[in-house]
This record gives sequence, structure tokens and C-alpha cells, in this order.
Amino acid sequence: MADPIRWARYRWQRLISTEGRECSSNNSSSKCYQSPKTTGKHRIVIPCLGHFKEEYEKVSKLYMNNKIRTTRYTLLNFLPRNLYEQFHRVANLYFLFLVVLNWVPVVEAFQKEITMLPLIGVLTIIAVKDGLEDYSRYKMDKQINNLVTKVYSRKEKKYIDECWKNVSVGDFVRLSRNEIIPADMVLLYSSDPDGICYIETAGLDGETNLKQRQVVRGYSEQVSEIDPEEFSSRIECESPSNDLSRFRGFVEHSNMDRVGLSKENLLLRGCTVRNTEAVVGIVVYAGHETKAMLNNSGPHYKRSKLERKVNTDILWCVLLLLLMCLTGAIGHGIWLSRYSETPFFNIPGPDGKLSPPALAGFYMFWTMIILLQVLIPVSLYVSIEIVKLGQIYLIQNDIDFYHEKTDSTIQCRALNIAEDLGQIQYIFSDKTGTLTENKMVFRRCTIAGQEYCHEENAKRLEAYQEMDSEDEDPADCQCGSSTPTSKCQGHNNRAVCEPLNRKPLNQLSGSYSAFKRQDEAGDIPHSGHMAFSSPIETDVVPDKQLLEKFSQISYQQSEETSSKLSLETMYITDFFLALAICNTVVVSGPNQPRQKMRLSSLSRMPIKSLEEIRQMFQRFSVRRLSSSPLPSVKESSSVSPNSFVRKLSIFRMKLASSNLDGAAQRVSEPQNTDSPEDSQVPGELHLVNVAAGGEPSHAVSSVELSPIPKPCYEAESPDEAALVHAARAYKCVLQSRTPDRVTVDFAGLGSLTFQLLHILPFDSLRKRMSVVVRHPVSNKVIVYTKGADSVMMDLLRTASEVHTNNSEIEEKIKERTQQHLDDYARRGLRTLCIAKKVMSDAEYAEWLNHRFVAETSIDNREDLLLESAMRLETKLTLLGATGIEDRLQEGVPDTIQALRKAGIKIWMLTGDKRETAVNIAYACKLLEPEDRIFTLKSQSRDACALVMSKILEGIQKNASIKEKNSEKLGNVSASPSAQARGFNAGLVIDGRTLEHVLHDSLQNIFLELTEECRAVVCCQATPLQKSVLVKLVRSKLKAMTLAVGDGANDVSMIQVADTGVGISGQEGMQAVMASDFAISQFRHLRKLLLVHGHWCYTRLTNMVLYFFYKNVTYVNLLFWYQFFCGFSGTSMTDYWILILFNLLFTSVPPIIYGVLDKDVSAEILMELPQLYTTSQKSVAYLPSAFWITLLDAFYQSLVCFFVPYFTYCGSDIDIFSFGNPINTSALFIMLFHLLIECKSVTWIHAVVIVGSILFYFVFSLAVGATCKTHNPRSDFYWIMEQHMTDPVFYLVCLLTTCIALLPRYLIRVLQGTLFPSPVLRAKYLVRLSPEEQRKAIKRWKDECNVNDRVELQPTSVPSSSAAGAVLEEETTDSALPASKTPFHSSSCCIAPF
Amino acid sequence: MENKTSFLPREGEAQPSRCPDNSAFKQQRLPAWKPQLTIASVLSCFFLTGAFCLTVGVCLVLSANSVREIQIDYSDKCSDCSKLRENSSNWNKECHCSVNFTLKEDILGDVFMYYGLENFYQNHRRYVMSRSDAQLLGRNVNIQRSKCAPFSTYRNGTPMAPCGAIANSMFNDTIDLFYNRNSSVIQVPLLKTGNSWWTDKNVKFRNPESYNLSSAFAGTARPPYWQKPVYLLDEEDERNNGYVNDDFIVWMRVSAFATFRNLYRRVRRVRHFTQGLPAGNYTFRIAYNFPVTRFKGRKHVILSTVVWSGGRNPFLGIAYLVSGTAATLTGFVITGIHLKLRKKKTYFQKQ
Repeated sequence: MADPIRWARYRWQRLISTEGRECSSNNSSSKCYQSPKTTGKHRIVIPCLGHFKEEYEKVSKLYMNNKIRTTRYTLLNFLPRNLYEQFHRVANLYFLFLVVLNWVPVVEAFQKEITMLPLIGVLTIIAVKDGLEDYSRYKMDKQINNLVTKVYSRKEKKYIDECWKNVSVGDFVRLSRNEIIPADMVLLYSSDPDGICYIETAGLDGETNLKQRQVVRGYSEQVSEIDPEEFSSRIECESPSNDLSRFRGFVEHSNMDRVGLSKENLLLRGCTVRNTEAVVGIVVYAGHETKAMLNNSGPHYKRSKLERKVNTDILWCVLLLLLMCLTGAIGHGIWLSRYSETPFFNIPGPDGKLSPPALAGFYMFWTMIILLQVLIPVSLYVSIEIVKLGQIYLIQNDIDFYHEKTDSTIQCRALNIAEDLGQIQYIFSDKTGTLTENKMVFRRCTIAGQEYCHEENAKRLEAYQEMDSEDEDPADCQCGSSTPTSKCQGHNNRAVCEPLNRKPLNQLSGSYSAFKRQDEAGDIPHSGHMAFSSPIETDVVPDKQLLEKFSQISYQQSEETSSKLSLETMYITDFFLALAICNTVVVSGPNQPRQKMRLSSLSRMPIKSLEEIRQMFQRFSVRRLSSSPLPSVKESSSVSPNSFVRKLSIFRMKLASSNLDGAAQRVSEPQNTDSPEDSQVPGELHLVNVAAGGEPSHAVSSVELSPIPKPCYEAESPDEAALVHAARAYKCVLQSRTPDRVTVDFAGLGSLTFQLLHILPFDSLRKRMSVVVRHPVSNKVIVYTKGADSVMMDLLRTASEVHTNNSEIEEKIKERTQQHLDDYARRGLRTLCIAKKVMSDAEYAEWLNHRFVAETSIDNREDLLLESAMRLETKLTLLGATGIEDRLQEGVPDTIQALRKAGIKIWMLTGDKRETAVNIAYACKLLEPEDRIFTLKSQSRDACALVMSKILEGIQKNASIKEKNSEKLGNVSASPSAQARGFNAGLVIDGRTLEHVLHDSLQNIFLELTEECRAVVCCQATPLQKSVLVKLVRSKLKAMTLAVGDGANDVSMIQVADTGVGISGQEGMQAVMASDFAISQFRHLRKLLLVHGHWCYTRLTNMVLYFFYKNVTYVNLLFWYQFFCGFSGTSMTDYWILILFNLLFTSVPPIIYGVLDKDVSAEILMELPQLYTTSQKSVAYLPSAFWITLLDAFYQSLVCFFVPYFTYCGSDIDIFSFGNPINTSALFIMLFHLLIECKSVTWIHAVVIVGSILFYFVFSLAVGATCKTHNPRSDFYWIMEQHMTDPVFYLVCLLTTCIALLPRYLIRVLQGTLFPSPVLRAKYLVRLSPEEQRKAIKRWKDECNVNDRVELQPTSVPSSSAAGAVLEEETTDSALPASKTPFHSSSCCIAPF
Repeated sequence: MENKTSFLPREGEAQPSRCPDNSAFKQQRLPAWKPQLTIASVLSCFFLTGAFCLTVGVCLVLSANSVREIQIDYSDKCSDCSKLRENSSNWNKECHCSVNFTLKEDILGDVFMYYGLENFYQNHRRYVMSRSDAQLLGRNVNIQRSKCAPFSTYRNGTPMAPCGAIANSMFNDTIDLFYNRNSSVIQVPLLKTGNSWWTDKNVKFRNPESYNLSSAFAGTARPPYWQKPVYLLDEEDERNNGYVNDDFIVWMRVSAFATFRNLYRRVRRVRHFTQGLPAGNYTFRIAYNFPVTRFKGRKHVILSTVVWSGGRNPFLGIAYLVSGTAATLTGFVITGIHLKLRKKKTYFQKQ
């Protein structure tokens, strides 16, 4: 059971975060110790060595050491602290108040000790739980603190083993490969000659791709390992913060030189060193100040809607309680005042005095509060928690959420909002990775205005699609689920892929499926490591035309064509170079995925080979004149044989070592097999031959089947990987990457090593990334930039800036590329523009200066860096653009349709282009072809307001026409479903317009508009806008919102929404970390909401209502008795049984009921999403339901009290003999009431209910038999035994139970027959035979459809006119009617994916 | 538990798959009885309930009717006595009165004699608590710390035995029954013992251990309202004296309602009374000690027989009859609904 532990984690993490705050405040208070140079909240790190010793002593005291303590308690403070925390709960305080009240002699109702019992019970249970959790944390801490690492010891002048806990700030730590980093440290030395260290951050954020970290500049040149004794610099950096992506500081050498530090230099605690033999770093943050520890944020505590409602009802109960107590108080006063003399039974207080009636009444008020305390259910809170745990446990164990490919299942990170899943009204979905697979596949590209559509590649992708759907069923079966659900899922899948099946399957697909099977089999061992590298993404089939042109680089035949071609060739070359270089992909070897790919021979002689390559290149350009391919071949062969032979030998060795592996490799290498591919890649063999050199021997060519060991790419984003793989398909292979060099194996030309000057990483503000390299051939500084077309197009140099004769061509290219981009977007492809810029050395130097300032500044470094990046990325030359496809996840359209039928509004919020977004929306059935799409695209706020009001008017006019028409047709739209008003309009809005729309003045009209639309697509939205939208809907419409996303850009939205769902996909774990539920596939949302949401909600509401009923009934029994005992606060039940009644005898069955009850089976809930509306509109827990429950409770308590009362009235019955049948029949009534409410009774229910009854009797008998003296109130002695032999007792219990339950039973029966709710009707379906059931479901669905269609049909004609009217008035381009046909056709196009 | 602080390799290789068990419980596919609350399925239930209730009701009514009972209110019949008792300073003065009544027919079987009190709130919370069970078990306890106050000790520190308000206010009228047969007055033999629960008499109430009772209660004093100390409650029967006196035990079992009766005596079935009480004239001779006017109460003396279903209260039987009838009627009504609806087939599937 991970759940309670996770719960616990949340609690201590909250605690830690406060501790962390304390720490940081400590730090800031320690400023005085820091050197005068530092300002603000910086920290100085100095090694505890040599001449620093004294200063070190001063400074280091203030920093935390690496010992961590995540426990909340120590042995000493456990009790007080735990109690203190528990009394933060209002309920506990209330009970404490009662206990205290009971110590006041005049109002004392129970024995003092007994009142404490429930409180102590609850406190003990929670304390024990906390204690156990804390102990396990303690053990974990101990284990971690005692891990061993190598720390430099001043005494021994070498690295010695040291426990983690003894590491402190300023220590030098030496780590070897695969060791875990004990604290945040600045990297000072890496055995890697380039000063790189690879780390895996899986322990931190779950991302499995390798990340590079760099040695601090200035230290990377050192050949030998750094000697700590020699280290004489001081490090100044910012105070600990929890921002993982930020680290700022500088190293100040003894000569006052400063070197900037960034997060690239920081090794984070919790990461693992990979692929690097040894690293040395100096610890800057330790223990709780490390970023990993500061970043621990566990499940959040959101409060569910139901819980809020329950709280208001509890307030009603409080009111009721006060009312009852007031009645008691007044009644007692009146009763007392009736006696002129003191009667025997009104005994004076210990002091012998009697209080006047008014005062006695006042006292009685408090006594009553104690007596009737059960009305406020202490057990309700505990029970709700337990039930939620149980529900979460069942959700987590649902096999349908298991995704085999990723071996992941649902994670419930928030424990107390499961029932909110049943009430969702709005879903806000991210697109990429949420609706789509986030498996980026290179589809098309345009270079220099020429489009290459890669048809073969498209076919290949279809083949994969085909295979995926075939694979699905066996995968499910393997998991063991053969329920109808999985079958129906399989069915759905097939339905999705239907268009595919119709397509002729060519041989290609067959052979590919064979590959894939093989591939997957081989992949399993390291499937977890390889990010974004499934064959579907890696194997790009090149476009013939482009390949031809490409090969002309080396086979430039005729001089005549060259003038035109050369420019295009230049473009193509640069384009692919940009694809290969402009990224942050890490290269590792193919078979040892964690081994860094290092072409040692190449990188060892960069200068020499560079020289040679330049020569070669020069000849190559000369060759345009001389036009002979042969020399170039010879030249290139003279360059690379050395390296190439080496490569070959490596490969041969590998083949020899593991034949099996080699075979697998061969099979997986598409080029090597007899697949039709070979024929499609005619140029390849040539290329290989060229690369192999001038002497083509048989021996070589036989191995050449796979000439280049396939490097593995590990990219941070799937787009990057897709582009690099695409470049590789054109034999422009990224071979290795180090911080200052990138090696690309370019077609036949051999390896080019670029000097990497800068990488300006991607950020969402710029929406682009750039690399600055020095071209090995031209020796010029070149900037390659790729980014979203929306930003890139503005950065291109315009004709006025260009004074070459190319300007016209460039303009033309820009124009045509834009056309292609629009086309791509319509096809739902993700577009990226590729551009370059050549810089002169002077320009570069100037920029570099600026950059340097930015890098070394600490305070507003981000802004400065941004500014410098902006300076660089201007006046670009457009090379081309790429279209990357992101396939829809399986089952997305079905899921969306089902969710919509369930009355949920779905919004898609994406950062992509409008066309892309709209197209995906069509593909996933968010928008239907017959929908009217309104596009909001305004430049100004006023225009926006105008357009929105126009659209709204149109829609409303439409709606009224629709109504009239439906009346004419005689079809009263009786369907109360959410779609009754569902006008089929879709709204598309882009980011810039969103900015206007979110302004206060337009919010209302916007929301009004969106309420009329059945789907809303927001494109080009920033993360902030996403969260603002969610917040808006949540606060203004008071709707329950669910946000689902997979990436870091969705985090804010996920956090803002009532329920955040993270998709653990390809983009790391940030979304999952922020989410309440983490699923692996979008389609899981369907079952999560429709089934589990419905169940959790109905279960919990029913249980809560039952709890109210139970408590009110029981308390009222006591209350009625007050009328017969002079309102003196007597209870007719033994206090023990009174107090324990709720805790022991009637608490377990409702909990079981709350966890296990099933009103409708999962299959039917999935089939009939309409049922979701019952929970969505909280039909089960309307205020009326609460009051009806209370009324029933009153009735039942009246029966339960007065039947025994009249039976025993006037007889010689004593108090407890009278109470016993009441109590017993109350037990029966409550348990049978539960049974009536139960929709499905399993053996667990039966066991629990029977167990409760038995336990009650056993307990009563035991108390009756033993408790004669230890308790002054021992009158219960032998009563149960006496009653067990009395037939009247049984008869009374029987009659009471019958009469009490009769009305509810009758109403339920009549309801079940006369007005069955949809849920009840659905429940009856289960009874039918499968055949009948199918028919009934179909009929039901038809009914709903008919209802919809009746509303739709008349709309179609007038709506277009209305929409047209609106749009005609807005000819100012502020609103565009999304033309239907292109989308429609393109949606056909996209359907296969 | 994927604790973030654990930097140990997280993915345990020992766990090959995170796929949840495919067990019926975890997949919520436990076989379940799904009760279907429709008219068709519950018709028989209503009729069965109705029939059962009617049967039981008839039995109960019959047995309740077989009970013979006579109840005589004597609180005003001895008006001079009640006036005397109104003034508590006269507690020591004896006052007797007689109440005559006629039995028109025989009361056959075991005849029980009760005293009944009206408006005596014995169930008052503080009154109910005002006792010391430990003391009544014969233990030598410090009753100062019990709930008996203010009836625990006298001012001079002498503890009361028994302590507490319940004991103090014990019903102390003495009632004798005489049968006037042919102008000769025969005292009806009454049993003083066996009127309380066996467990009370033998387990819950115990006299302090000593060679005789008076020494056992030495050092204690009678409660203020009592006329004699506890060890003189029944001077004739050693086993019915002190705390184990039946009258005392019965009184200590506090009643549930303000109007109640307590068993006082049973008619000993000897000589004339072997069949019960024959018809004729009877006289109660009452030593009137218990004042009821202070709390506007009344006193009764009751003669009654007992059946398996208790006393003469017919409520339970009638209730059974009524609910049986109601259930049967409901059954008929819903049968009607059912028949009407069944003509429209599969009504519950229609919307």
C-alpha cells in the first residue's frame, strides 16, 4: 500500500519546505560573515584547505552539511508534536472541547473518561500511523546518510571513503561512473578530455535521457586531475533555491579573474554519473539545501467539491445540534419550574444547593452538547479518509490503466479528490503528447522553396500504424485482462484504423511488421533507456528527388546546370547541416546505449583533418569547374580511411563477439535486408563505396552492408530527435557532440568537425534555438537557427537589408516556404523553420563581448542572455522548413466523443499553429466536419469584443430558429442532457487574441460565447494563458475543471485546475509531478472519468449521506428520551455502548459500502457515457437529498424510539432494559438500511454486516456479564443476557426494524419501477442476456442520437446563413470563417494516423 | 515507495512488471448479488411480511388479553396520611390506612403485586448516577469519592449505608393484602423474596462480611429519609436483609419512565390461593410512609398476572396487527400497479 505512505510523504514534505525556509533565512542572516564584496543573498564556497582554513571555519558553520533528516519527529518530541499537529484539525478540536467540557462538574454528562475514548482512539490510530511512517523515513534517511562516497581529506592528502552525511560545503568529492551524486557540486574535473560529464537525472525528475554537464571554464584544459590542494579560487553563487533549471554564480580565481557558472556546471544531488570515468567537484549545496531536497513536492492536498459540500452540511448538523440542545435546555428549565418543592429525584449539588431553573437550563445546554455530540460525526472524517484510500487503491489497481509498452499504470498522487473525477464539466487538454503520441516523425520538408513530400516515408508510417493496431490485442491478453472492456477497446482500435485496412497492403508493410517484431524483441532490455528512438521515429525513408539532388553534391556532373543547382545544393547542404547540428542531442553508441560515442581518432586530430577537409572542400568547389567526380572521391578517401577502417574494425569485433546481437542488428538495419527499401535507396551503395575509398575490395564491401555503426541519439525533445534522424537518412549523420565540437559525417564527404561556439537553447519566449559554429571549411562563423515559423519569418533579412542579387530569390523562397508551411499546418504537421546566418568575425567578436557580460552577471542574467540571443538571431536567411508529424494516440477520438457525450466540454489548449491545432482537433473528433468554426483573430480588443458579440448574436439567433423549427417538427426537445443546447459551433482562438479576450472587460462575453460552443481550440497559447483560461472558467463559471497535459508547459494549468492529470509521456516528469493523477495514455481518461469518477462520486456521496443519516438517527433516539426524563440528559444506553456504537458496530459496513459499491457495471458505464451526467450534476447529493435523508432519519428514530416506548410504557422496565432493544433495533435498522441502499452486495458486504451484528451481541453480552463494578454505571449488568431469553425483545426489534425501513423500501421499489433514473435503468441492463443487452444499449444510444439530431437537423441550413451574416460584416479579417473543405479533406488525409 | 530521497536504484529489477493483479477484487469484479428493487421482485416480500405480522399480532393480542390486572390508586385514599407526610418533620409518626376493593372474578395463576408511582422521575440523570455500586457489593469503599453526594456522609462524617439519592428515596410503604372471606379476614400470604433478578441478588448486591449484619454496618448510618437502618430491612430473613433485601434491590434498578411500577410481592400459592386470587373482597393495609405530593405524584398498588409477552399492554400486538395490515395493503396496491404496468411491456427500459 503505497497510498498512506505517499500521504505521509506529502505531510513531511510540507514540513521540510518550512524547514527549508528556515534554512534560507539562516543563510540570509549570516550575511555579515560574508566578504564585503558580496551583496544580497549570495553564498561563498571555499575549500576547507590551505590558506582558506580560517575563513572556511567561519563560513562553513553556517551552511548545512549533507546529513538529511526527513523525519518529522524525534523520540522526544513525537508525542507533543504529533498531538500539536493533530489538533490542527477542527474536528479534533471539537472533540477536545467536549472532553474539557465534560470535566466541568455541573454539565458533566458522561463519565469523564468515556468522553475521551473516541478522541483518544482517533488520535492513537493516527499517531501510530504517523510513527510508523516516520520510522520508515528514519530508516531510509539512515541508509542514505550512510552511503559512502569519496571525499578529499586534508590529512591524508587523498580521497577517502566518507559517509554522505559527513560531506560538507567546500569538500572535494570524486565520483566514478554510475555513482550517485551526494550533494550539489560544481564540476571541476572530468576524466573526459572535453571536460564533459554525463548525468542521468532519472532520480530527480524521471527523465531518462543523458544530460551533459561541463567542467567550469578554465578547468577543462587541465590534463591531469585537479589537485584540491592547488585549488585557490573561491566560488560565489546564489543562495539555495528550488529551481532546478537555474544556477548562477562565478568562480573567482586568486588573480581576481571571474568565470561564470551556470546550471551546466552543476551536478545535482540524486543524479547518477554516466559514461564518465571520474569526476571531481566541489560541494556548493549540501543536505537539505540541495536543489533535489528543496524540490520535493509531493501530492497536493486539494479539497474536493464534495468535501466542501459535506462541510456545509456539517454546519447544518451543528445548527441542528444547537437547536436540540436549546430545546433540552428550555425544556429542563420549564420542567424544573413546575415543582414548587424540591422533589426527591432532583438532587442538589454536592454543596447541597439547587440551582434555579434558568441556570439549570443553561447547564443543561452544555450537558446536552456532550450527550448529543455524536451528531457531529467524528467517525465521518476518519471514514471518508479511509474510503478515499480504498477507492484510490482500487483505481491504482485497475488493469485497464496498465500500459504495457511503458510498463506504467495510473498513479494517484492526490489522495482526496478521487470523487471530483465524477464531476468534471470542463476538460482542458494539451495537444502534443496528450492527444498525440509525441512521437515525432519526419514527414516532409521544403528546401529553398522546393517541396519534398516523402511519399515512401508516408507509406512506411501507414505500415506501422497497421502493425500497432494488430499488436494491441495480444498485448492486452498478455496482461491477463479478458474482460469485455478490453475487448471493446480492441474493437474501438480497429474502428479507428478502419480506413487503413481498406488501403492495399503492399509488401513493404509486411516486411516492416516483421522488422518491428524483431526489433521490439531486441529492444526490450534497454527500452527504458532510449528516449524517442522507436523505429518509427528513427527510420526515415528519404525522398527520391531530394536524395538525387543530394547526391549531386558529390556527383556534380555538368557545369551548365551548376549555376542554378549550386545555390540549391548549398541550401540543401546547409539545411541538413542545420538539422544535424542545431540541437542538443547527445550521441551514444548503438549497442552500449550508455557509452558515449567517441570517434577518438577523429577528435584527436581535429586540426589536421580539418585542414585536409578544407582542402577537399576547396577542390570540391573547384570541381564545379573541373567537373570530375573521381578526384573528390580520392580526396575524401585520403581523409577518412583511417577512421573508417577503425570503425569497421570495431564493428567487426562486435560482430564476432555477439553473433546474435549482430544478427538482430542486421535485421533491424533496414538497409541491410532484402526489403524493398534497397531498391528505393539507389544512391546508398554509391555513397558507401565512396566513403570506403578508392580500393573497393570484396572483403570491405561485404561488411559494408552496415558501414556506419548507427549512433543512438538521446534528445531532450522528440522534435530534435526526429530531425536528427531525418538528417541521418540523408547520410548527414551527427557522429559526436562535445561542448565545443560537433562532428557530422556528411554524405560522401567524410566527417566535418564544427567548432561549436555557442548554443542558445530553446525557450518558450523566443520559440527558437540557435547554434553558433565555426564552419570548418569556410572558417566563418555561422548561426543556424530553427524555430516556429511565426517568429522566424519576422527575423529573416528583408530585401532592403540584402544587397546581393539573391534577394529576389530569397523573397521568392520565403513566399513559397510560407505556402508550404501553411499546407503542412493544415495537414496537422508541426512546422519548424530552418535558417542560417553568416557572421563576420568582427560581428561575432562584438556579439561575443556582449554575451560574455551577460553570462557572468548574476542578477538579471536571464534578461541579458535573452537580449543577447535576440541580437544574434536577426537577418537570417531562410533555408527551408520541416513538417513533423505527431500521430494521435490510439483511442483519442473515441475518448473525446465519449467524454463529450458525457456532457463534458473539451477545450484544446496548444502552443501550435492554428492550422495544426484545428486539424488535430478534426482528427480527434473534437470538431466535426459539419460544425461551424468561428475563428477569433483580432488585432485589437475592441474589434475582438465586436466580433464576439456578433458571433454570439448569430449563434443565439440560430438557437431560437432551431427551437422554433423543432417545435414545428413537433419534436419537443425533451432531452435534458447537456447537449440539449449544444449548438454545433467550434471556436478557434489564437494566443494573441487570447490576450485581448482575457482582459477583464471581455471575459464575460468570451465565456458566454464559449458556453455556446461545443469545442474551443486555443492555439499558440503560452503556459500562462493556459492557466489563466483554466482559472477563468473555474472561477467565473464555477465549473469543475480538469486539465490534462504532459509537458512542463502544462504544469501551471494542471496546478490551477480542480483536477490535474499528467500524462507520463515522453517529455519528462514535470507534469506528472504537478498532477493529481498521472496516466500513460489519453484514452485512459475515459475509464478514469466515466467509470471511476462515477463510482467514486456515487460511492462517497452515498456513504456520506448514510453517515449523516446514521448519526442523526442515533442521536435522535437520545433526544426523544429527554422528553421522558425531564430533559435531564439521561441516556438510556450504557455509555460504553453509546460511544462505541459509531466507532465499532456501524463504522465498517459503510466504509466497505463506500469502497466497493457498484451501481452500474464498468462496461455499461463505458458504453453509455450519458450516465456520467448524473454524477456530474451531483444528482446524488443535492441539498434535497441531504434533507430527505435527515427526514428519513427523524422518522426512523421516532419509530425506533416509540415502538419500544409504547411497548414497555407503564411496566417495570428499567432504564437500560429499555435502552437495549432500542439500541439493538437501531443497529438492525442501520445495517438493513445500508443493505437497501447497496447496489451490489458481495460476500465482503455480507461478512461485514453479519460480523457487525455478531460483534454487537458478543460485546453486549460480554459487557453485561463482566461489568458489574469497575464502572459506577454498571446497570447494564446482565441485561443483554436477560433480553436474549425474552421473546418480546425479539418481537420489538423485529417490528421496529420493519416499520422503520418500510417507507424507504417502498419508495425505492416504486422509484425502481415507476420512475427509474438513468442509472437504475442502466443497472437493469446487467440483468439482461448479452444479446438483449446489446439491443437495449443500442436503443438507448439511438434515443440520445435522435434527440441530438432533431436539434441538429434544422440548424444546418439557417446556421450557415447566420454565420455568414456575421462573417460578412467582419470583412476586416478580424474573424475568419475557417473554410471547411480544406480541413475536411485534410482530415481525411490525417485519419490514417 | 518512491521516496525522492532514495537515490538508490529505484526501479527494482525484482519487479518485472507493474501490471496490477488481475484478481476479481482488485478489478472490482467480485460476484455480487444485485438486489433489484422493483415491484415484481418484492411483491412476495410484502405479502410474507404482512402475513407474519398479522399472525404475531393476533397471538400477542390474545395473550395480552388473557392478563388479569387490577390497579388501585391509594395516594388520595389516605388523605390524612398524605397530609401528614407533606411535612417532613413528621417522618417518625406512623400512619396506616386501608383500601378495600372487590375482585369480580378469579385471578388465576401467579399473581404479582406491584407498587406503581406516577410522575416520579427516577430517570433523572443526576438521580440515576447517585449510587455506589462498589458499596452495594459490600466493599469497604470511600463513598466520599463516589457519585453519592450529597447523600454520602452526614456532617459529622458518618457515612451513609447505602449512600446516594436512589437509596435515600427508597419506596418505604408497607402493603399487606387481606382477603375478606365470609367476614373472616385472611392475610394473603405474600413472598418477599424472588422478586428481583437472580444476578442482582446473588452477584451485584452483597452485604459486607462480618459475623452479623449489625456489626457489618457498624460505623455507618441510615440514609436521612429512612426510618430504620439497612440491616433492619427484613429482620425475619437473614438472606433478605441489608443490601440484599429484595425491595431494596428492586428499587435500585431505576425505572425508565416517570410512571412506573416495581414488583413488590408475589402471592404465595398456598391454601386458598393455590389457583391464584379467588374473586371476593380484599383489603390493602398500607403503612403510608412515602410522600408523593411533593412531586405531584401518585401511588398505586397493582395486582396482575404475567404472560410470555409481558403485562396487559396491548400495544405490541396492535402494532403488529396494524403493520401487518399495512404491509398486506401495500402489497395489494403495488400488485395493482404492477399489473397495470405489465401491459406496457418492458416498462423499465423505456425512458
